Amino acid sequence: MKPLLQQLLAEGPVITDGAWGTQLQERGLPLGEFPDAWNLTRPDAVSEVACAYVQAGSRVILTNTFGANSIRLGDHAAAAKLADLNRRGVEISRAAAAGRASVFASIGPTGKLLMSGDVTREALLEAFAQQARALAEAGADALVLETMSDLDEAALAVEAAGQTGLPIVACMVFDSGKDKDRTMMGVTPEQAAQTLSQAGADVIGANCGQGIAGFLALARRLRAATDLPIWLKPNAGLPVMVNGQPHYNATPEEFAGYVPQLVALGAAFVGGCCGTRPDFIAAMRRQLHP
Amino acid sequence: MPDLKELYDAVVRGDAKAATAITQQALAQGTDPLQLVNQCMVPAMDEVGRRFECNEYFVPELLISARAMKGALELVRPILTARGQEPLGRVAIGTVRGDLHDIGKNLVASLLEGGGFEVIDLGVNVPPEKFIATIAEKQANIVAMSALLTTTMPAMKTTIEGLKQAGVRDKVKVLIGGAPITQQYADEIGADGYSENAVGAVALAKQAMAARKSP
Repeated sequence: MKPLLQQLLAEGPVITDGAWGTQLQERGLPLGEFPDAWNLTRPDAVSEVACAYVQAGSRVILTNTFGANSIRLGDHAAAAKLADLNRRGVEISRAAAAGRASVFASIGPTGKLLMSGDVTREALLEAFAQQARALAEAGADALVLETMSDLDEAALAVEAAGQTGLPIVACMVFDSGKDKDRTMMGVTPEQAAQTLSQAGADVIGANCGQGIAGFLALARRLRAATDLPIWLKPNAGLPVMVNGQPHYNATPEEFAGYVPQLVALGAAFVGGCCGTRPDFIAAMRRQLHP
Repeated sequence: MPDLKELYDAVVRGDAKAATAITQQALAQGTDPLQLVNQCMVPAMDEVGRRFECNEYFVPELLISARAMKGALELVRPILTARGQEPLGRVAIGTVRGDLHDIGKNLVASLLEGGGFEVIDLGVNVPPEKFIATIAEKQANIVAMSALLTTTMPAMKTTIEGLKQAGVRDKVKVLIGGAPITQQYADEIGADGYSENAVGAVALAKQAMAARKSP
């Protein structure tokens, strides 16, 4: 295990952070606007989110860089801006962490499917390598590949990100099938664990896609399929629309109530995805460290 | 005469090469193209949809079957068009303004094509004006909108309002889909239909066409 991970896990399970996008919307991110752009235009708001998580007790925080890869950015910004978005993302989280949390930089999927010929393997590798380099050069402690549906794309991302030498967390989104134990592309937790370990990931996980109750089975299956540490970030339930705005129903206490079970099932890193907030992280901390 | 069951099987397992080869052979031997569509291809895509619904098939299998279907259809379509056989319907499809996600939209587009629709793919980040223009230019009967983000789904409402203002809302059925979309949201914004997945979207488009024909 890489030294940073060993060091973090030496004191038991690690609380990570919650959602960023929904937090930025609360601070005025307009509908449809690319959240990562705020690293340059509204760094104050991004910093507030990062600080709120550190204050709530996150020992690992992510960065507002989920979509800052060249393929997804496409029309949104010139390629030259890409390096800036990633660098500022790491700097904002680093300053907020202020030595109290590690910065795991976020890398999301490209939004293009290999199998439908929309993108080549080489283009995927290059896009992920470019983003990973920018994040590593800016001083990220580790890289998190999140919300992956396609196992080929995820494995390429691990391979590309691994070139930085940083610890790599690789997670997929299990939101399909009648038991919600497959990704959109049909990947099972067992397949994910096997392929992503082989590709060189240091931590295997699941994020987004469903509420925390469904993560119990995912935790159990990932645990059985790999010896690597497990990373989990469930949603605060599924969104219900109220007056055209999404609302997530789970309360911080309900959510946090599941965390001891996830830890007992073998989760090493636990946080939240869509709809979770700093008060969810605070509630998790109270559960784990009463 | 080639074995038509083989064409059905080729589409179900997503073998584009075999599907095209069998179709070519069948047409060369004088098989009625409409028979190929109605007795092999459509039932094959129905079977693919059934397997998806019961979790035997996932998105990759849908995509390769739709691709096999499309290859075979491309051979048949010109003959049907020459005969004056209209497509099942014309669908103007796009991801709404502000949203750049196209995996779901592309999947629905290929399954609609596979299901016998003519698809006019407007791409991503599509403004209402573009949907409006396409209805007039291409005689679209259906407007299909996709949004992946809760932050962009309100653009569906804006688009429907745009269609009303342009006076073309009654010319089309509006169908919507995407991760955050629900039937409740579809009702709320006055869409004609919602499907939670791409297979359901084809059935929905067929219903919408039927509803147009029998007012």
